[in-house]
This record gives sequence, C-alpha cells and structure tokens, in this order.
Amino acid sequence: MEIEKAELDELERVGFDSEEKERAGSFIQKDNRIIFSKVLQEGVEVLPIEKAIEIYPEIKEKYYGISFKKIDKEFEKDTEGGYFIRVKKGVKTLFPIQACLFLKSKKFKQRVHNIVVIEENAQAYLITGCTSAKEAENAYHLGISEFFIEKDGFLNFTMIHSWKEDIEVQPVSAACIDEGGIFVSNYISLKPVKKIVMYPTALLEGENSRVRFSSIILSYPNSYQDIGSRCILANKNTSAEIISRAISYGGTIIARGHIKAISPMAKGHLECRGLMITEEGIIHAIPELETLYQDVELSHEAAIGKIKREEIEYLASRGIPEEEAQSMIIRGFMDVEIMGLPEILENEIKKVTDKI
Amino acid sequence: MLRIENISVKAGDSLIIKDISLFLGKNERMVIFGPNGSGKSTLIKSIMGLSGYKIVNGKIYFEDKDITDIPVSERAKLGIGIMYQNPPKIYGIRILQLAKYLTENGTEINQLAEKLRVDEFLRRDLNVDLSGGEIKRVELFQVLLQKPKLLLLDEPESGVDIENISIMGSVLNEYIKKTGCSALIITHTGYILDYVEGERGCVMIDGKITCQSKPRIVFDMIKKYGYEKCEECKWK
Repeated sequence: MEIEKAELDELERVGFDSEEKERAGSFIQKDNRIIFSKVLQEGVEVLPIEKAIEIYPEIKEKYYGISFKKIDKEFEKDTEGGYFIRVKKGVKTLFPIQACLFLKSKKFKQRVHNIVVIEENAQAYLITGCTSAKEAENAYHLGISEFFIEKDGFLNFTMIHSWKEDIEVQPVSAACIDEGGIFVSNYISLKPVKKIVMYPTALLEGENSRVRFSSIILSYPNSYQDIGSRCILANKNTSAEIISRAISYGGTIIARGHIKAISPMAKGHLECRGLMITEEGIIHAIPELETLYQDVELSHEAAIGKIKREEIEYLASRGIPEEEAQSMIIRGFMDVEIMGLPEILENEIKKVTDKI
Repeated sequence: MLRIENISVKAGDSLIIKDISLFLGKNERMVIFGPNGSGKSTLIKSIMGLSGYKIVNGKIYFEDKDITDIPVSERAKLGIGIMYQNPPKIYGIRILQLAKYLTENGTEINQLAEKLRVDEFLRRDLNVDLSGGEIKRVELFQVLLQKPKLLLLDEPESGVDIENISIMGSVLNEYIKKTGCSALIITHTGYILDYVEGERGCVMIDGKITCQSKPRIVFDMIKKYGYEKCEECKWK
C-alpha cells in the first residue's frame, strides 16, 4: 500500500477508519494516485471514476456532468481521479462508506470528479475526508462532485475538511434528488485554510423530495471561507433546510444560503448563526429566499454575536473552569447532533470537534 | 461557614449593597426577605463572584478562606452552589451532559431526575424550551448534583406552581436534612418556608439588613405591616 502510517494518522483526523471494520466501502486518493478503492458490503460499488466509466460507459450519458447541466452551471472538465460510488437499488448500508482525498506534494493541483449514485430505495452514509500533508505547500484542491438520489433513496453525505494555511480549495457540487428522495449534506471545516469557496446546489426535482445542508465552519486569521448552499425547490411538497454555524477566531467567513422555489407547495427554512471569538475577523451572513409562487413557506433566521459572559459564568458556577466553559459553549454551538448522523459517525465527528 | 465582613457592592455605578456584615454557621439556613431592588440578589451573586457586581469594600470568607477575589468556578469547587432566578439559555449543551460533568454516578442522576421530574427533558439544551417551573426544577437538579456545603437560592419558588413547589421543597428539605448544608434563601412569597423552615430570617432594605428574627416571625410581620415597618423594626 502506498500510504504511510503517518499519513493514515492524518486521514484518521478526518474520520477515516483504517481498520475498515465498520465501513461499507473505502477509497483513498493521494494527489492524483488512487491508493485503493474497496467494497466491503454487497450492493455497494466503489471505483475510481475513470475505471467506472471504462466498465460502465453509460455513466457518461447518465451522470457525468448531468447535474451541472440541469442547474445550468459550468464545471471544470480537466480532472484526474475521483470516486464513483453507487449503492444498488434497495440496498441499505449498515456502515458508512468512506473516502479520502489527500494532498501530499508541494504545489500539487488535485482536481477530482466524484459521482455518487443512490439508486431507488437505497440508503447510504458517506463520509469524505479531505486533508493535506505538511509537505503539500501551496497546494490546491478542486473537487467536482455530483450526487444522484433516485426515487425514495437516502444519502447522508458528510464532508470534513482539514487543510492548512497555504492551501486553496474549491469544491463544486450539485445534487439531483428524485421523488421521495432525501439528501442530507454535512460539512465541517475546523482547521486553517487559505481560501475555500463553495456553493453546493441541490435540485429537488421529484415530488416529496427533501434536502438538508448543515455546516460548521471555523475560521482562523488569514483564512477566507466563502461557503454556502443553494436549494432549488422544483416540485410539489419539496422541502429544504439550510443550517450553518460560523465561528471566527479572526478569519473571514461569508455564510451564504439561498432557497429558491420554482414550484408551488414547497417549504424551506434557513438558519445561520455566527460566533465571533475575537475582535478580529469578519462574519457576513447572506441568507436569500426567492419564490416564483404564492403557495410556499420560506423563512430564515440569522444571528451573529459573541459568547455571553453570563453563559460562561453560569457553567463556571457549576464548577467548570472558565476556559473550559468557553470551549464547552463553542462545542455546543457547533452542535454536531444537528447533523442527524448515526452514532458511529457522530462519535467520530465529536472526536474531531472535541479537540477544539 | 460563611462570613461577610462589611461589604459594599456596586453594580455599574450604583452602590447596591451598603456595608453589610453577615455570619452563617454550619448547618444553618437564613431566609432573606425584602422588596424588589433592595439588593438581595446582588448579595447572593456577589457571594458567587458573578461579574457585574464589584465588591468595593469588605471581605467574604468561606470556611475561613478569603474568597473575595477568587474565580467563580473555584468558589463552586469549594462547595458553594447557586440556584439562579433567571438562568441563561445555552444552546448545544444538554442538561444530561452537565449532570454527567457534576457526578459520575448515573444512578444518582436518574434518581434525582425522577424525583424532580426532569427526567423527560434531560436531553434538552440547558434552559431552552422549558417553562418557568421546569427551569427551576432543572436548576435545583443541577445544584444538588454539585453537593454544595452552602446553597444560595434566589427565589426558588418564583414562577412555580403549587404542585411543583411541593416537589422541589421536599427534595430540598431532604437534601438539607441529609447533608446539614447551610443555605441563604431569598423568597418573596414565603412558600418555601413550608418546606425549609430556616433558623434565621432577615429583611433587606435599600442595601442594608434591617431586622433579624425567626423567618416565620419576620414573614408574618411583613404580611401584617409591610416593608415600611421593617425600617423601624426593634430587631434592627
């Protein structure tokens, strides 16, 4: 295996389970090299994207670039690597599928194209960790991802970013959700990064389809994170929820959210909370609601502030030292329970956030 | 247990507590009455060391240790526990999570939660989506799990219905009987006296303690004559 122990430790910090006992599939790409792609449960496919297209040429017409076409968005075609994950009709994975995109070399520009297909009535949890080695100075990561949730399918996709000060990142993703499908997308970024710009879009095409985007973003001095989600409610009884928690230790966070109803009888709610830990830094919340119809229910709430002294003292009066009380409040603010993760993943994520 | 020597306390620019001295022995409960704005809550918050209340003069000793300037959490660790009148809402921290911080004994958590009827909302965020009475029960739940030697109770019965006062009062009384802990209790309604009799009572008016006697006697006097008479009280 072309992956060293120290690198695996790095990957474990973004939720990767190297023992793979409790995983339904596993994928690692280092720079542009696929280290492995494994299937650990029947009914699940995990393949490098190029190989998948070779085996199943129909992917080109059925999935590749299709989600972007539907939302009328350009995407970079010059990519190398990425995963193709498919959960077959009716298959419900017991454990999460895991994928890791790892930046190793100095100034390397990693450009991947990922496709995830959840077939009819299938259910899966996918955790993707993206991180970089110390040597990867001034590197760049472009992640194009497409999600297809077919009729009554369910996908809980959790992405953990753990970069460093000199890395620029640009995830570009789109999801198409068919009738009765559910897409839950969780994003966590807790480490410094030079720049992240991302605006994943979910197109709720089918009746009764639902989407929820949750994000927890920490920002440090000299980091610039322009992060948001967009949901297009394109059919009856569709619903969308966007929840974001932005915490600035001195960096800039633009927390966007856009819910657009292009069909009647749709619902959406957007909630954005920001916490300023220091006097430095910027949090700019931009919640947008848009409708073409009367018969919709769209709402948003946004609040930005600091940790209240009385909250710290309240916990201190229960015997919790002031500094620990502050960390507890920040961890509470990042509340991973909002992500609706299965216990096994929630514990992994808590391990990550507990280090704050 | 608690010795307050000539303290004066400012909240912002206003002098709220004016040169108060007070002694509370071991296994002794003192009930403080007084009109709104007389400084009762300020006194309790000053003992806990909460910010916004500046002790401009005097000293506070707890078990002979000068605690006038020590952090809030250290006061709690020494054995001072406060039950807040209006605790803040804290999102993302569950009541159960805090309970587990206060004691590792799960049985103790469950038994007390059941007694105080807070078991059904242990997984809720601290003071979020709870009624006034529920908040009070959760406050008592937390402070008793701390096993304090000195309880500071700021209007424990306000906003609580009769049935719940009875639940809280019995649990509180049981704890006091079992541990012999001392307590400073602020009350407006006097309902708490049905459960915790208290050895001493006093009235606070305009930042000063004006009269001291048995709590029941003080309360009856207030009911009869109002607070105005307290200023000319013979026990002054």
